[in-house]
Amino acid sequence: MKDNLYKYILGIADNSLILGQRLGELCGHGPSLETDIACTNISLDLFGQVRSYYQYAAKLADDGRAEDDIAMLRKERDYINVLLVEQPNTDFAYTMARQFLFDVYHLLFLNELEKSKDLTLSAIATKSIKEVSYHQRFSSDWIKRLGDGTDQSHQKMQNAINGLWTYTDELFHQTAEDKMMIKEGIGVDVTTLKDKYYQLVNSTLEESTLKIPESKYFQKGGKQGIHSEHMGYILTELQYMQRTYPNMSW
Amino acid sequence: MATKNWPLWEIFVRSKNGLEHRHFGSLHAADAEMALENARDVYTRRNEGVSIWVVESKHITASNPDHNGELFEPAQDKVYRHPTFYDLPDEVKHM
Repeated sequence: MKDNLYKYILGIADNSLILGQRLGELCGHGPSLETDIACTNISLDLFGQVRSYYQYAAKLADDGRAEDDIAMLRKERDYINVLLVEQPNTDFAYTMARQFLFDVYHLLFLNELEKSKDLTLSAIATKSIKEVSYHQRFSSDWIKRLGDGTDQSHQKMQNAINGLWTYTDELFHQTAEDKMMIKEGIGVDVTTLKDKYYQLVNSTLEESTLKIPESKYFQKGGKQGIHSEHMGYILTELQYMQRTYPNMSW
Repeated sequence: MATKNWPLWEIFVRSKNGLEHRHFGSLHAADAEMALENARDVYTRRNEGVSIWVVESKHITASNPDHNGELFEPAQDKVYRHPTFYDLPDEVKHM
């Protein structure tokens, strides 16, 4: 039970950690000062949330590892985030499309997690919902602006949505830990979020004059630790300091 | 491609209920809604505000510094216009 809960928490936290890392890459490189700050703000929100998850995970593991060890020092196959969040900042349209496709899921997920019998998870969800509501407002605004903007911005956003669509289905794959945590009244049944998710996403895409991709082939593997080629590079950067100067602190 | 900048907006933030909005600075945005979101991210992320106003900078009419003499100096020698002849109670803040 404790091991399952531990792994269940990592599944939630790793999504936000890797997405936060991706957004953090834009610090100082955003398309404008204002959007640069907005993206790093979202990144910091996500890092704040993952601290709570990893602290809880460290307490459950009770093996001498602290939150940083869990966050920073696992090997690639031990990270169980979805493939969507590790996709690169190809351009600003990709960054916002990735954010939007995750935010819609994230908010639906947290609304359910808030009802969890596990009081720590429920409290983290309550705190995160406000932040993630803003993330979704920010990213869906940009989907509409670029989708319903100029010919060029429309094309770029359509490319981004088409390119990332194949990673959306994995969000709703149920893992063995999911099943056990649902039975305990702790976990969220992600399969039940799927219809609502596509309904919300599709209506924003339509409003943005974007075409809903018809592709029926979806990528998967992240939840089992099998990642895309990008993951190694992300971890190299994320883990550099801890690997070079073990146990360093500020 | 022509590089067009977003218009400039002036940002006013009310830090607490009961206080007036104060000028915090300026930023670029494509329209008023984006200006509000940008202001939220640039100026209020450390819990500085409870309300934001944005106004496009071009709508502000400013006084001409060349006219500072005639506009402001005549007030300087009229001490009786300054509320210095009575004590303010400590409870009155923000005067």
